[in-house]
Amino acid sequence: MAKQSNNRLSSPQELEALRESIIKSRDPSQTCIVICGGTGCLALGAQEVITNFQREIEKGGLEKKLALRITGCPGFCERGPLVVIKPENILYQQVKGEDVVEIVSETVKGKIVDRLLYIDPDTGRKITYEHEVPFYKKQKRLLLGDNSNIDPTDIRDYLALGGYAALGKALSNMSPEGIIAEVKKAGLRGRGGGGFPTATKWETCRNAEGDTRYIICNCDEGDPGAFMDRSLMEGNPHSALEGMVIGAYAIGGHQGYIYVRNEYPLAVKNAQIAIEQAEKLGLLGKNILGSRFDFNVKISRGGGAFVCGESTALMASLEGKVGEPRAKYVHTSEKGLWEQPTNLNNVETWANVPLIIKNGADWYGKIGSQGSKGTKIFSLVGKINNTGLIEVPMGVALKDIIYGIGGGIPDGKKFKAVQTGGPSGGCIPENLLNLPVDFDELDKAGSMMGSGGMIIMDENTCMVDIAKYFVNFLEGESCGKCLPCREGLKRMSQILTDITEGRGKEGDIELLERLSATLIDTSLCALGSTAPNPVLTTLRYFRDEYEAHIKDRRCPAGVCKELVTYSIDKEKCPGCGLCVKACPSEAITDMGKKKPVALDQEKCIKCGACYDVCKLGAVIRK
Amino acid sequence: MTTKNKPTKQKVTSILDSYEGDPGMLVAILQDIQAEYNYLPKESLTHISEGLDIPMTQVYSVATFFKAFSLKPRGRHIINVCLGTACHVRGAGRVLEEIGRQLDIKPGETTGDFRFTMETVNCVGACALGPIVVIDGKYSGQMKTDKVKTLLESYD
Amino acid sequence: MVKLTINGQKVQAEEGITILEAAQDNNIYIPTLCHHEEVTSYGACRLCLVEVTKNGRERLVASCLYEVAEGLKVTTDSERIATNRKMLMELLLARCPNNKAVQDLAHKLGVEKTSFKLDDNDCMLCALCVRVCQEVVGVSAISLVNRGVDRAIATPYFEASNVCIGCGSCAYVCPVDAIKFEEVGDTRHIYWPNNDMEFKLKKCQKCGRYFAPQVQLDYIIKKAGLAPDAFDNCLDCRD
Repeated sequence: MAKQSNNRLSSPQELEALRESIIKSRDPSQTCIVICGGTGCLALGAQEVITNFQREIEKGGLEKKLALRITGCPGFCERGPLVVIKPENILYQQVKGEDVVEIVSETVKGKIVDRLLYIDPDTGRKITYEHEVPFYKKQKRLLLGDNSNIDPTDIRDYLALGGYAALGKALSNMSPEGIIAEVKKAGLRGRGGGGFPTATKWETCRNAEGDTRYIICNCDEGDPGAFMDRSLMEGNPHSALEGMVIGAYAIGGHQGYIYVRNEYPLAVKNAQIAIEQAEKLGLLGKNILGSRFDFNVKISRGGGAFVCGESTALMASLEGKVGEPRAKYVHTSEKGLWEQPTNLNNVETWANVPLIIKNGADWYGKIGSQGSKGTKIFSLVGKINNTGLIEVPMGVALKDIIYGIGGGIPDGKKFKAVQTGGPSGGCIPENLLNLPVDFDELDKAGSMMGSGGMIIMDENTCMVDIAKYFVNFLEGESCGKCLPCREGLKRMSQILTDITEGRGKEGDIELLERLSATLIDTSLCALGSTAPNPVLTTLRYFRDEYEAHIKDRRCPAGVCKELVTYSIDKEKCPGCGLCVKACPSEAITDMGKKKPVALDQEKCIKCGACYDVCKLGAVIRK
Repeated sequence: MTTKNKPTKQKVTSILDSYEGDPGMLVAILQDIQAEYNYLPKESLTHISEGLDIPMTQVYSVATFFKAFSLKPRGRHIINVCLGTACHVRGAGRVLEEIGRQLDIKPGETTGDFRFTMETVNCVGACALGPIVVIDGKYSGQMKTDKVKTLLESYD
Repeated sequence: MVKLTINGQKVQAEEGITILEAAQDNNIYIPTLCHHEEVTSYGACRLCLVEVTKNGRERLVASCLYEVAEGLKVTTDSERIATNRKMLMELLLARCPNNKAVQDLAHKLGVEKTSFKLDDNDCMLCALCVRVCQEVVGVSAISLVNRGVDRAIATPYFEASNVCIGCGSCAYVCPVDAIKFEEVGDTRHIYWPNNDMEFKLKKCQKCGRYFAPQVQLDYIIKKAGLAPDAFDNCLDCRD
């Protein structure tokens, strides 16, 4: 960091002066190549793209002409690796390492590399600018939008966008009670899944008996299919950090923890860098911005346990114990970490706080629905064209999200259901797609919004298999403390496995329902008490599939291996042999040129590789 | 990351010191030990128990509770197959089976030559690009059964 | 003192005690398995769940953990509770079908058979043994290891413990007799669900009876700062 003030900022005015000097030192018209370096794009080969850009720019001595910024996730994961040329916002998608030379040479000339532009599937036309791509256009990206403008390892980028101004305002112009009142007026509700009114939690913690108050940021994000928190913590860690400092000041806490799941190493790294840089500038640590308020933040990593997303289990793990939840008859806001009043909020919840303080509760209250204010980030995954992260105001209809932004179902398949709320949530069928997405509406349909994971399923998804998947997931994640969850999930898994393997019997559905009722009523924590939701919702909306498995020994979606048979359509098979090569158990034999192949049922392990590889539909799956 | 280093008390102590001997940081301490030795050697757990002055049972309970930890030596290369919902829906189960078939090991096991350990993980957060396989921290997205052989061959 | 009602009956209870304690004080039966007055409550077996109504809101809570409050309405025996208890018992019976104590409790709660596939365990993971060893004896020789369906009570690495003093408190407190304790000659054996240990017993210098594990006596001597010969004679032979 070249021009960094050696002294810690001792007032909000000094912060503003620093901000001004940073903005002044930057040329807004300078071309900047922005590359997504989030975990998703890295998984698609973004590192090679990044390295090649660095090399090309150095080789050509273009450092003054072309700035390079490696950022967090902008959300359009399906099209990664993503490169945006600023300030025009030209979007290049699915960029490979070998494309870099051309991009650099054309960009220097002020030209566009046509072949890398996004093609709108509805119009067939190429779209040049990021903000015109339908996927982005229909979102309201109050939180995610900044990701492209921030190198998470350089606090100056966050400052240049107005970062920490909210903190300055809070510390100099507002009282702790005033901050709580503002957040209350804004109507912020927890984004981790519970939807609890944030300000009420803060107030309880502030007023609780005790001298030490702890502030925790929950970045455990255990719901499989959800990666909102990862992208925020990787791409813009200061947004959550700033929220935490403001919250700590309002609540009266001086020690904070960011609990990041073990499986997010990049988020851990970037959060650590953010903490160090904030401390250096006096935005964290002792006497923040000269306010005499101290607040320190440590990072704690999870150990690979979904149950540690539950607040009491998380706190147990922070105390060096196993992640066992405890009954919450006394709330953690009164007795939490080390028996002290503790305020725990999700990453996205914290990230909303600076927005509220900076722009005001009135502004915030205009966004969203009646009971759910603000925006929500969702992860759109599964059988959907535009997989990625999206941010919309609360209250947008599911249909608009799935079709308008998500681009519908790939390969011309039919939509079947969307799973929301992770393992605690439920499946929503097609006839309910007009439902607005917010905390209350999805609850009524038997599901829940949860942390924001949306898993889209099509006609080839077996809903019984999905129920089994979630139950198996939770069985593996159960801490094992209480009887109903530990033994109940084991038995639910056994029954569902029997059903999907052709051993289902009369009475199984009723037994699942009875077992579900007891898990809901008697489990010690929400892992157990919400575990039946995927089972109950799939039973509610797709009971016929269960019955087909049990009565007819048939899997209508063609997924459950034991109930599915693969065979060759001799009329369609030209004998090309692709399936012969793909078969891992040598069950398919080449019968000679232009003759249909032969499939030996005895050897077939029903892996489906032949079905996947045949482009002519000559493999029948029933 | 091989197991050629025997756990020394000095190494463990230096890790404990870096956390100021705070028993609340037990999970982080275990992670650092595992990063050093590629698994949690028995002696290291004993050193931790003594160094933090907490019962050995507590250290062992925590080490066996969290999936991130292995009490058995692991292979040179750790394969993590994501079995999150999005990856599952896109066929992660088949990728897992294929890797297991090629290496002749089940999830949680290590190949006889200590080349690979195959583990499953419940979501690495790259859900848009499933199925995901992570080897030694390197992510490979949109994995298919026919890509497995090439992927594994690149590791010695 | 607070005033509350249990099953319609007006009851007075000391502040800070649990509903379970208040019920027991008033001879109202609530089944329990993982509870023991000598150790902290754990709330794992869920058999002691009762309905409470507070501020118009009804919920099921573990009576071993929930503290009494002024005006609390408690029900210990509704249909909802009975149905749940029966299902919990079916789950427990499926886990430990051959255990006599579990069979007796099932019978008492009206459950004669279970709808689930039978396992064969004695231990039901109530962790009373763990809590006694940690809180009363103070050595913490056994603990809950692994997670979820693999959860078990064991010593570290399932090997002989170097802190166990062979006192047998765990066997004493186990409600289903899953920990066995026997003495043969000069050796005491303790059999936990997953491993066992032997302890050499001290012989009384006077009467020659083998009366307690040497390690247990050494531990008491060390803790209480006694003379090394404090237990050379058994308790009966001491003057």
